[in-house]
Amino acid sequence: MTAKALTTAPAVPRRPFVRRRSAIPGFALSLGVTIALLSIIVLIPMLSVGLKATQQSFPDFLDAAFNARALAAYRLSFGAAFIAAVINGVFGLVTAWALVRYEFPGKGVINALIDLPFALPTAVAGIALAALYAENGWVGSLVAPLGWKIAFTPLGVVVALTFIGLPFVVRTVEPVMRDLSADVEEAAASLGANRLDTIIRVILPALAPAWLTGFALAFARGIGEYGSVIFIAGNMPYRSEIAPLLIIIELEQYDYAGAATIAVVMLAASFLMLFVINAMQAWARKRSA
Amino acid sequence: MSPRHATEDAPWVKALILAVMALFLAFILLLPMISVFYEALRKGWEPAKAAIQNPDALAAIKLTLITAAVTVPFNAVFGVCAAWAVAKHNFPGKSFLITLIDLPFSVSPVVAGLIYVMVFGAQGWFGDWLIDHDIKIIFAIPGIILATIFVTFPFIARELIPLMQEQGVDEEEAAVSLGASGLRTFWSVTAPNIRWGLLYGVLLCNARAMGEFGAVSVVSGHIRGLTNTMPLHVEILYNEYDFVGAFAVAALLCFLAIVTLALKTLLEMAQPQSRPARH
Repeated sequence: MTAKALTTAPAVPRRPFVRRRSAIPGFALSLGVTIALLSIIVLIPMLSVGLKATQQSFPDFLDAAFNARALAAYRLSFGAAFIAAVINGVFGLVTAWALVRYEFPGKGVINALIDLPFALPTAVAGIALAALYAENGWVGSLVAPLGWKIAFTPLGVVVALTFIGLPFVVRTVEPVMRDLSADVEEAAASLGANRLDTIIRVILPALAPAWLTGFALAFARGIGEYGSVIFIAGNMPYRSEIAPLLIIIELEQYDYAGAATIAVVMLAASFLMLFVINAMQAWARKRSA
Repeated sequence: MSPRHATEDAPWVKALILAVMALFLAFILLLPMISVFYEALRKGWEPAKAAIQNPDALAAIKLTLITAAVTVPFNAVFGVCAAWAVAKHNFPGKSFLITLIDLPFSVSPVVAGLIYVMVFGAQGWFGDWLIDHDIKIIFAIPGIILATIFVTFPFIARELIPLMQEQGVDEEEAAVSLGASGLRTFWSVTAPNIRWGLLYGVLLCNARAMGEFGAVSVVSGHIRGLTNTMPLHVEILYNEYDFVGAFAVAALLCFLAIVTLALKTLLEMAQPQSRPARH
């Protein structure tokens, strides 16, 4: 009986490729166009740097990827991007708080201006920041008597990356802050928590996933940034030379393998960041759900 | 004096937070923006006007407009196709596909330019073939357009995918079951629903396409009057110590950015929707 049941039972239907076939037409066409364009514009060209970097012996690859000048450039690109992301993490949170919680004159204009770094060409930001923070600039001349130099030092790189990363923390934290219901705050207050306690133990933990996502986005953007940095950095090898600039310098010297190698290292870092950001966004969604 | 609500900050906290925000935004956003116009007009209107009317500057403006005119429609078509496939259908590997679409956001603009040099440059995959057939892509306009398409590739798709996912498939299914063709369904049902989102994506894509510097810088070759876009022209003038000229062209780009932000704010008022910051 058991054997018979086994043989006559209808085979378990194999899971179809498209689980619930949508009644909406155009699937094959739209997916086909999407994958074709994605491959032609993004995936296949990106393969080319990987292949170029492997067209050299392994010791050559290691030397091109991790020689002293390249290491100094990564240190600056990653370090300055990290510091800028921290600055944006602090001030972005303050800005988002003010935009969500307070009413003040000029709020609409400030809210629109937060996105300026997305809309302003990076080269324009670069020359503007260089003019402003140079020794004879409006801000540079203020700090010059203190013996501080901002433009044409690694500090200038931090300033440029702070500009570039500014919208990320504000714009990722803002919606979560807005959705934060007043109930939990009221509950904390009615249970006797003072305002500082409420902020540290109730509000900040709720904002943490979004805040970290914004931080990571600003950091990732800063690592690869070029246009706004080169005008203010000074571009001294080993000191104020960022990794993307090193790629351009090697390209100008026709060292294609060297340029591709640094690009591969930076791509590896980007993929790692992308992975981290996706994981954090999934966490943030789970937390807010 | 009425008692303060439990979830309200003390006046001094409020004042402190507003002051910190104002200082931060002044030093990082406002002063740089003002200094662009100040430096451009430092010697009055005439030199700034002359810098913009210079033939090389006009050629750069023209090339920037051409680049945006090709890039934006291309990415709009891609964005609509990708959003249609991803948001209206279920298939395995969907989230992986979305990650791949996002990829250009996490690639350095310089690397974005470099990959096309590796494919189409003299040393690249198709280098010999292109030289034999006398086709120039790198150090020519096609390279500039390709690099710009790469860096703005996800802009419109990223805008449309969440919007179309939120709208679901009910309206389209109703249209199809009533006998509408796929194209008719798209034009009569989907298109009116996504037009504001599409416009928003087009706006951001256009701003980035006109302003892209790093990727274009790698593939352009910087030939004045021929392969110079506006941001590259700013760089050339700046490096030649023609600061008034550089800032005059920069002011034009800055003005464009302000117009973009104003239009963006209007669109957000027309269609409120929270948007992740991913550009």
